[in-house]
Amino acid sequence: MPSLDDLRKRITSVKSTQKITKAMKMVAAAKLRKSQESAERGRPYSEKMNNVILNLSSGISDKESAPKLLVGTGNDKVHLCIVLTADRGLCGGFNTNIIKKAKNYFRKILSEEKTLKIITVGSKGYDQLKRQYKNYIVEKISFKESKNANYFDASKVGNLIIEKFNNNEFDVCAIFYNKFKNVITQIPQEQQIIPLNSEEKESDTKSENSFEFEPDEDEILYNLLPKNISTQIFKAMLENSASEQGSRMTAMDNATRNAGELVDKLTIQYNRSRQAAITKELIEIISGAESL
Amino acid sequence: MSESFNIEIVNPEKSFLSKDNVSEVVVPAFEGEIGILKDHISIISLLKPGIVKVITGSEEENYYVEDGIVEFKNNSLSILTSYIFNIKNAEKNQISNFIEEAEKELSKNEIDDQNKFLLNHKLEVLKSLSFN
Repeated sequence: MPSLDDLRKRITSVKSTQKITKAMKMVAAAKLRKSQESAERGRPYSEKMNNVILNLSSGISDKESAPKLLVGTGNDKVHLCIVLTADRGLCGGFNTNIIKKAKNYFRKILSEEKTLKIITVGSKGYDQLKRQYKNYIVEKISFKESKNANYFDASKVGNLIIEKFNNNEFDVCAIFYNKFKNVITQIPQEQQIIPLNSEEKESDTKSENSFEFEPDEDEILYNLLPKNISTQIFKAMLENSASEQGSRMTAMDNATRNAGELVDKLTIQYNRSRQAAITKELIEIISGAESL
Repeated sequence: MSESFNIEIVNPEKSFLSKDNVSEVVVPAFEGEIGILKDHISIISLLKPGIVKVITGSEEENYYVEDGIVEFKNNSLSILTSYIFNIKNAEKNQISNFIEEAEKELSKNEIDDQNKFLLNHKLEVLKSLSFN
């Protein structure tokens, strides 16, 4: 049985934790609005980019000479995985969900005896993966300094990927991130960016109107595909930052509620034991008086 | 207005400009400027650094673009660019910063001819802006 003093201390400490989680929740809510807006504003660009590439690739007559970024190297041996996570914790299952998804993929790759290479973007991903997959991590990137996801950072990652691709360091590239659906739901995503997913290509837009190209398709594609990589990364980063804030908001909301429940429980316990002490004292006084 | 069409300019951060009543757009395409009017044939083209001129009736707006791609289809024009600003709002020192950067880039030895051409062109455009 904890003493009254202990209980009182415990209640104060839980209350101050509650204050912190509440503050974090409100900060996350404010940030969420901002990052959600920028995620939504960023969507048209990547959608348009995708459309243009679709139109271009359907216009390409000779699949053999198509740029390698589009059709791949023809091999399927070395997989490069870009795992995008947050730089901070305390956001519920946000990071863990991405890692889980990525680990599933890793296991599949390794069981097929292919080579695995990992680039982690965001320090939490590295922290969680280094224990099990340290030898596979070729690069870790963190944008702790930059406040918001910006295109400049994304293109840094994009250029790194392209450089590696041109050096024939991998055949297939996939990125992992959380897609923001709403505040409570974030869906971990696995998206293949090199080569561009062929299923998507076929199911989408069968455009019958032919385009005039200037310069010719190959050259446009050659210029556009690297940009598309950066764009996809950027999109993932935007989605991620919205998801992170959403996830943190929900997590902190839960924490605040739990702390509230704990405070109630402790307060009842505190009152009960206080009452018990008073009753005990009274009994002692009465029985003392009776014995006189 | 029957002679007007849609334009949308997007950069990675947001949709930069969206209008549905432009009468003419001039874009700095890779192989020279293209003027686009209503019912232009569907076209996809790369952009080089230069000035996008958007004409709405009697109004004319000028934007500087760094690079990008333009797509025209069914009387709607989309311009995707990684960097764009309105020339009217541009600050002098910002432009001169760009000029410096481009010059620095140009002074490097290991650039290929195409980049060199693009950079030279960019310098030209930027310089013409800063004199205005």
